Amino acid sequence: MKNLDFEKPILDLNEKIEQLKELSKEGNIDLTEEIKKIEKRAAKLKTEIYSNLSPIQIIKIARHIDRPDTTSLINLIFENFIELHGDRLYGDDPAIVGGVAMLGKTRVVVMGHQKGHTTKENIHRNFGMPNPEGYRKALRLMNLADKFNMPVITFIDTPGAYPGIEAEERGQAEAIARNLKEMSGLQVPVISFIIGEGGSGGALGLGVANKVYMLEYSIYSVISPEGCASILFRDATKANIAAQNLKITAKDIIGLGVADDAIKEPIGGAHNNWGETAANIKKKIVADISILSRLTGEKLAENRYKKFRQMGKFQ
Amino acid sequence: MISDWNFSSRIKTMSILNWFPKKQKTNNEKSKLSIPGDLWVKCFKCGDIIYLKDLESNQKVCVKCNYHFRLTPEERISHILDKNTFNELETEISPIDTLGFSDSKPYKTRIQEAQKKTGRKDAMVIGIGKINKTPINIGFMDFAFLGGSMGAVVGEKTTRLIELAIKNKNPLVIFTASGGARMQEGILSLMQMAKTSAALKALDKQKVPFISVLCDPTTGGTTASFAMLGDILISEPDALITFAGPRVIEQTIRQKLPEGFQRAEFLLEHGIIDMVVERKDLKETIANLVMVLNPNNMRAKE
Repeated sequence: MKNLDFEKPILDLNEKIEQLKELSKEGNIDLTEEIKKIEKRAAKLKTEIYSNLSPIQIIKIARHIDRPDTTSLINLIFENFIELHGDRLYGDDPAIVGGVAMLGKTRVVVMGHQKGHTTKENIHRNFGMPNPEGYRKALRLMNLADKFNMPVITFIDTPGAYPGIEAEERGQAEAIARNLKEMSGLQVPVISFIIGEGGSGGALGLGVANKVYMLEYSIYSVISPEGCASILFRDATKANIAAQNLKITAKDIIGLGVADDAIKEPIGGAHNNWGETAANIKKKIVADISILSRLTGEKLAENRYKKFRQMGKFQ
Repeated sequence: MISDWNFSSRIKTMSILNWFPKKQKTNNEKSKLSIPGDLWVKCFKCGDIIYLKDLESNQKVCVKCNYHFRLTPEERISHILDKNTFNELETEISPIDTLGFSDSKPYKTRIQEAQKKTGRKDAMVIGIGKINKTPINIGFMDFAFLGGSMGAVVGEKTTRLIELAIKNKNPLVIFTASGGARMQEGILSLMQMAKTSAALKALDKQKVPFISVLCDPTTGGTTASFAMLGDILISEPDALITFAGPRVIEQTIRQKLPEGFQRAEFLLEHGIIDMVVERKDLKETIANLVMVLNPNNMRAKE
């Protein structure tokens, strides 16, 4: 699924352009005008398609195999990233990466869910689905940040915490719950970016932050639309209806007050230009750290508490 | 003050005819046949036919196989709290359909049906009551209300109960029974996990003990937030306590799960909960724990 199905009209035009170019070369005919026209049309079509995406189309971009991953973004945004390993209790979870790095003159702790770009990588990373030791490693790194007064940056990209036998045996629920509790009390700035899939509690386990941002074509959901469809509609093929109902796009999540802002992606999605995506994220981090660093640790924790305290509507 | 006994939907009424199932034509619908009065129930585990009054007098635990039937908040209140000491709080908070969610039924209809069925606004009952004369901030989830799922109301009431404990310093006890986050409230239901967990972080500073009693079943986002954050974690025998449900795990790993997987005894064995306590001993166990843990308790100084 390297190509997205809804991009087919654009790809068709691109193919036509290639054919014309070939033709003009072979036949020595000047087709520059025609090519220009079609190129213009393709660009317009792309803008049109991307300004009218349905939730299910956005999900496809959010899960794109070439979408920039956490480690790549870390290396594009920060300098001197040193990866740290293990939860000191059981093992090292490849589905969550983290470590220390520099952002200009600022020392930071960075971490995030790690997906792969090939099947082999994805199997190694468990498709970005952490086990308890992943969350415990993340918490260890957050405590490190707290101790040495470093801001915490998290990148969220997971279908969810791993639903497996060993995960349950080692306390998946406890690991996530503890992260939610401890993150709320951190005395340093915490900034989270949902870069692809924000899947349920497995995502939130890295997401109790002062500022929560979503990439333009990322999603954040209490349950995967497929899971929701199979439970509530008793039909997994109704994922598109479930996706619409669940309100999972950046625009919806910001509207509900759960995310603060969206990060612009290159046209056609982040997978088309990792550098530009990283630069857009970096701008936000730099701006936020300079604002949040002025607050005391107490105030930062209080702000975080208040932010989540007011979420949820009732009468 | 709640006192009426409302039998949970888990109990199917039976007639005497069910003693002779082979003679019935509609064998698979036998549980629907009943004589007026609903005097008999069938145990879900051993299949034994039990006289309802016997079951009630045994706190709804099967005399034969020790199966612990699921309970309503009212039944819990009558088992756990001193008589007539429960003062229910925040009874008027009720859910709204923020997303305009609709699956086979609109969420609004589901709310109305659940409210009619249970006689309460949502799946959480909170208040102050006494256990052996000690005032306790106490909460009970109702699995009969949309599977005890946690939406904004459950999250808010749980948080208010924790905040009450921060203020009045009385011990906190919560009985959970929940299918997890409420899908129909989308991302806002997920955020209740963060909200309740953050409130418990604030409670830590006050040195108020929190005892979490995980009842059958406690799953998903409820387990992965306040339910797992008790200073002490207690469960009843055979209660299902999970992050991911057994069906989801089976679909993921494509193999059958071992017997007893994710049951209370399994969690005890794996070091995840402190103890499995039979229903008849729950009140005394909680009373003792509260007495020992609570720094403000006068009884501990005697």
